[in-house]
Amino acid sequence: MLEALEMPFFLHALTAGVLIAAAIGLIGPLTMANRMTFMSGGIAHATYGGVGAAIFFGFSVLAGAAAAAIVAAAIISFIAYRYAHRADTAIGIVWAVGMAAGVIFSDLAPGYNVDLMSFLFGSILAVNVTDLWIMAAFDLIALAVVWFYYYDFTALSFDPVFAKLQGVKTQFLHFLLLGLVAMTVVLSMRLVGLIMVIALLTMPSFSSERFANSLGRMMLLSIALSIIYIITGLFLAYMYDLSSGASVIIVAAFGTIALLLIESMKIKGFSR
Amino acid sequence: MSGYAVELKGVSFSYDGDTVLRDISMRVEKGDFLAIIGPNGGGKSTLLKLMMGILEPERGEVRLFGKEPGRNGASIGYVPQETGHNLDFPITVMDVVLMGVLHKRNIFRRYDAALRTKAKEALKRVKMDSLSGRKISELSGGERQRVLIARALCGDPDILMLDEPTASIDFSGQWEIFELLEELNRKMTVIVVSHDMSMVMGFAKHAAYVNRSVVMHTIDAHTRYQIKRQLGGHEGHYCGAEFWRDMGKKIECNEECRHA
Ligand SMILES: Nc1ncnc2c1ncn2[C@@H]1O[C@H](COP(=O)(O)OP(=O)(O)OP(=O)(O)O)[C@@H](O)[C@H]1O
Ligand SMILES: [Mg+2]
Repeated sequence: MLEALEMPFFLHALTAGVLIAAAIGLIGPLTMANRMTFMSGGIAHATYGGVGAAIFFGFSVLAGAAAAAIVAAAIISFIAYRYAHRADTAIGIVWAVGMAAGVIFSDLAPGYNVDLMSFLFGSILAVNVTDLWIMAAFDLIALAVVWFYYYDFTALSFDPVFAKLQGVKTQFLHFLLLGLVAMTVVLSMRLVGLIMVIALLTMPSFSSERFANSLGRMMLLSIALSIIYIITGLFLAYMYDLSSGASVIIVAAFGTIALLLIESMKIKGFSR
Repeated sequence: MSGYAVELKGVSFSYDGDTVLRDISMRVEKGDFLAIIGPNGGGKSTLLKLMMGILEPERGEVRLFGKEPGRNGASIGYVPQETGHNLDFPITVMDVVLMGVLHKRNIFRRYDAALRTKAKEALKRVKMDSLSGRKISELSGGERQRVLIARALCGDPDILMLDEPTASIDFSGQWEIFELLEELNRKMTVIVVSHDMSMVMGFAKHAAYVNRSVVMHTIDAHTRYQIKRQLGGHEGHYCGAEFWRDMGKKIECNEECRHA
């Protein structure tokens, strides 16, 4: 198992795993608290449209994915505010149309040498050094944004109506948050894949919510859990030659269930 | 500037085509203590949200201190009816109360020591200072409502708008909270939605009965005094029959009321 650490590509994957975990741990709790899981799913799937377009027209996949993700985030944020009662329908449409566009573009693309499956399910072979620098830069930006708007995000998550009454720019924060989700999705794409990233945004947050007493601690716990899940998942992917996204998700699912059991035993223990 | 805290002119509102409030015109004077009463689903919470600008009227206009609500800088202390917010979210009592001074943070968007002191004082007023580090989800319903009241108080608002603030608070707690509201009313306008008629009659200066339309009643000082004395004398239990008998005698019915 340890010989894996001598492979440069695997070291890249591990480093990327930690960098992605930081972003996921920061953003995941906010998406869960603001009930944005379905919106995040819509963004992630619509991103595939950008991937397909990039392959068809022959430009950078990262740029294509980022553009599609941000556009999807803007559309979804707008709909969620203007037509709140029909938002889920509209998000479902963005979700499917983005995905369909990606599939058609890649069908039409001349030749067929790109492994499209790896964008959907992740691959430990896919990360290069440039990606690492971009991920690190995004982590710093996300950290700065979350630090600056920390109490605004706290208020938005706990009681958005009251927050708005206090002059918090809730619509702006809503879009900002979806923009951060979009970038997290794009940067996680190569390692965990577009389809798996939603589950990774929710599972660590779901566990840490019960153990934390503030948004900040919930984020720290989520980061720690994400690191554990991603690193373990990557080792399993290496050893058994699995899609890295899928193995990370299965590890996370086991971890989440284990934490749930521990917590329910703890509560029983107290009440006795 | 007009002398009114809140003014509604011909306001109508509907959710998805279902008219909830029809052609409401009413005025609340500065310094008033107004109780909003009426049946479940009658539109009390909706009316309160229209006054604050959380909802926009379909027709008619709303004025808060003479200006459009939402863009007039008036500080509102709002206690929502406990349904809307996200109770699983990890947040301490102290951080909830600090939300009341969100608009007073420093340039780094952080709370200064002075604001934290204010929040502590607000918690003391509702007797919750000993639980300031507790997670909000680990409080009882009544304790949580006290915290929401503290949140509304700590911003030194111009007007307090409370939506059933004492719905799950025990009798002596209700009494204390209404006494607190009465004291605050010397400095600010208070509007409170309540189903507790004895508290309404004992403390409010006016009562607005809301059921699609609004009917205003005046509760005179003499009635307030008597009811309050009876409430005190009955050790927390004011006999229902007695109460309705007194109420029939003592509400001073105005023009609109007689025509309703
Ligand atoms: N967000 C909403 N969407 C659709 N209908 C709503 C919404 N909120 C309230 N209603 C409806 O509007 C009517 C008035 O509701 P409102 O909450 O103002 O009543 P209320 O007088 O505060 O009642 P309660 O005493 O139960 O608090 C009700 O019939 C309710 O079903
Ligand atoms: Mg109500």
